Amino acid sequence: MSVIYILLAISIVVAVCFFFAFVMAVKKGQYDDSYTPSVRMLFEDELVKEKSDKSILTKKD
Amino acid sequence: MEMQQFHYDNKIVKNFLYATMLWGVVGMLVGLLLAFMFLFPNLTDGISWLSFGRLRPLHTNAVIFAFVGNAIFAGVYYSAQRLLKARMFSDVLSKINFWGWQLIIVSAALTLPLGITTSKEYAELEWPIDIAIALVWVVFGWNLIGTILKRRQRHLYVAIWFYIATFVTVAVLHIFNSLELPVSALKSYSVYAGVQDALVQWWYGHNAVAFFLTTPFLGLMYYFVPKAANRPVYSYRLSIVHFWSLIFIYIWAGPHHLLYTALPEWAQNLGTTFSIMLLMPSWGGMINGLLTLRGAWDKVRTDPVLKFMVVAITGYGMATFEGPTLSLKNVNAIAHFTDWIIAHVHVGALAWNGFLTFGMIYYLVPRLFKTKLYSLGLANLHFWIGTLGIIMYALPMYVAGFTQASMWKQFNPDGTLTYGNFLETVTEIIPMYWMRAIGGTLFITGMLIMIYNVIVTIKQGSKVENELAEAPALERVTKKRTASEGWHTWLERRPIQLTILATVAILIGGIVQIVPTIMVKSNIPTIASVQPYTPLELEGRDIYIREGCVGCHSQMIRPFRSEVERYGEYSKAGEYVYDHPFLWGSKRTGPDLHRVGSKYSDNWHFNHMYDPQSTSSGSIMPRYPWLIKNELDKSQTEAKMKTMVSLGVPYSDEDIAKAQESMAAQGEQIEQNLYSDPDFAKTYEADKKYAAENGEPFVEMKNREITALIAYLQRLGTDIKVEATAQN
Repeated sequence: MSVIYILLAISIVVAVCFFFAFVMAVKKGQYDDSYTPSVRMLFEDELVKEKSDKSILTKKD
Repeated sequence: MEMQQFHYDNKIVKNFLYATMLWGVVGMLVGLLLAFMFLFPNLTDGISWLSFGRLRPLHTNAVIFAFVGNAIFAGVYYSAQRLLKARMFSDVLSKINFWGWQLIIVSAALTLPLGITTSKEYAELEWPIDIAIALVWVVFGWNLIGTILKRRQRHLYVAIWFYIATFVTVAVLHIFNSLELPVSALKSYSVYAGVQDALVQWWYGHNAVAFFLTTPFLGLMYYFVPKAANRPVYSYRLSIVHFWSLIFIYIWAGPHHLLYTALPEWAQNLGTTFSIMLLMPSWGGMINGLLTLRGAWDKVRTDPVLKFMVVAITGYGMATFEGPTLSLKNVNAIAHFTDWIIAHVHVGALAWNGFLTFGMIYYLVPRLFKTKLYSLGLANLHFWIGTLGIIMYALPMYVAGFTQASMWKQFNPDGTLTYGNFLETVTEIIPMYWMRAIGGTLFITGMLIMIYNVIVTIKQGSKVENELAEAPALERVTKKRTASEGWHTWLERRPIQLTILATVAILIGGIVQIVPTIMVKSNIPTIASVQPYTPLELEGRDIYIREGCVGCHSQMIRPFRSEVERYGEYSKAGEYVYDHPFLWGSKRTGPDLHRVGSKYSDNWHFNHMYDPQSTSSGSIMPRYPWLIKNELDKSQTEAKMKTMVSLGVPYSDEDIAKAQESMAAQGEQIEQNLYSDPDFAKTYEADKKYAAENGEPFVEMKNREITALIAYLQRLGTDIKVEATAQN
């Protein structure tokens, strides 16, 4: 059964990491606006032009 | 604001989609074959690599890691790029992720039918493949985090949070559950034993469901459902709340797979408590998904994508209501080990994972190929056939589960079991198995219709491998913000350093925790009479593992009157201290075997393995003729024992040195016992004579695999019986 202490430790570490991530996210303003993101993701940003010209479709980020 | 142009990588998404469909068909076909093996147990008669025990892990691994796994990657690679407004961090990493994952799947498809397995559910793959999985998974995470760091959209949409949680948690779970000590390139033993192994396994097993089948799919739901409905998610705030609470609570729920077992009660109660709490965040997600369609239900009537997604989310809601219910000890007492659990997982797998994947495919294919879906009619047909398939699968399995549990627990007025013969409880539910096989056939037919529809759609579409997109560059953070930030901000801009450091952090934690596990003696209540397996029994146990016996037989007698009456004294934690890995099982298609030792004669086992229907009329166990013929490989016995010694099993140097001697002696005894059956003596002598006359090599019975297996089976659960007689 000793392994449960390890599992508890890992679980707590994971939980603490997530809690830390949560606090950081809140601090950084991730959740200041809880409406716009849900609408923003609906907009498409693909450019619907020059489809025929293959030369443009090179990998260039 | 400077506008930047860049290309989304569509090719990688397409590759993952093709792989999803290919492995989906393979995994489900294997499942269907297994379903028919319940009806025709000797369907693959005599072909060892097509036997039920070996194919079952292939089915589960294929649908979870190949079908759902590739669907996750497809969905994540598509949505993450668009949500972050950036191409994936590295094309090379994307390719390694894709080809590495396919290679792992192929190696699983080769090793599992060959009986190369650890026997731990959903973690059956042997250690070299485990390492490959860890590496490819890190590549995926590296690629994802790299993309997040170079994003053009500062806010991380909720789906991205789900993807991050998936990556982190699956990595941790996989590493800790797969800790095993290799004996050879293709054989290892779990570092944990018995109760410990069971606890770690189900800590992993439950969270594989949580973080492989649930969180990534919730992320996909939060992307694809709003997109398909063209409506914002019902409540973004709810999505945040339910995300954080879900990941917090999920990781504690594992012990609910071990209720009423030898696991200490406080651990069981901990698991139950968290499982019940899980209902809230789970239903938060379900409600949020369904209510996204508020005011758009008319679209559900016409759009197959939304139809699939609605059924998927409904299935998720049903499965996550059922989960906490099953975690109640009194409900679990009925459902555990029965087909109810098979129904439960298939509602999750077929509806939630399957239908969300199908919805996603119908959404993605026309967009990726710049065309329209070839046939709405066929998509609708797929939807109805699939839905009917789920119902036809799940309902009979619920009935079968209840029937089994009721029959197992039924007593006569005089206190004897009404259905003392386990077989009665099997033959009773054969009609249910028939209906399940039909339901499965319907589901897979629907999938084939989809693949046809997709192929024709792709043919009429055009290829756009790199899709042009435009987004403003991410604004630099203001001076005010950077002023108070330290080294971590620097780190966040450097994905490679971050990943390396993160890996180191995980490894340190791992090493710190693994070493004590191996070194420190376990504090399970020990029982003086429990001894390590003899060399021959150890080899027999490895055959039991190889053949996947654990898929249908448990070795865990719960402390219920009905089980003690049927099987014998209930199982104690101390009996499993030398069991690397544990073999408690999770399903009783056949009876429990923990006290099978000395219950039957050696001849009975011999005949039963050769032809189960000859000893047990109506049995649905397949034949194992190769065990009767194969010579036992004794070349690794000493190495196996030495590995066991490293794991804390007290074999002395003398035990190891005399391993071959001991095996010969024990084998000899069993061979002699077998001679008590005149039929056996006659056939065996005839075989021997025939071989001698024709100059063919002849393997003596004491050196065959069946002898080792009989030795192991006759040992099972007998250590405690010794104690009982000693006390009397």
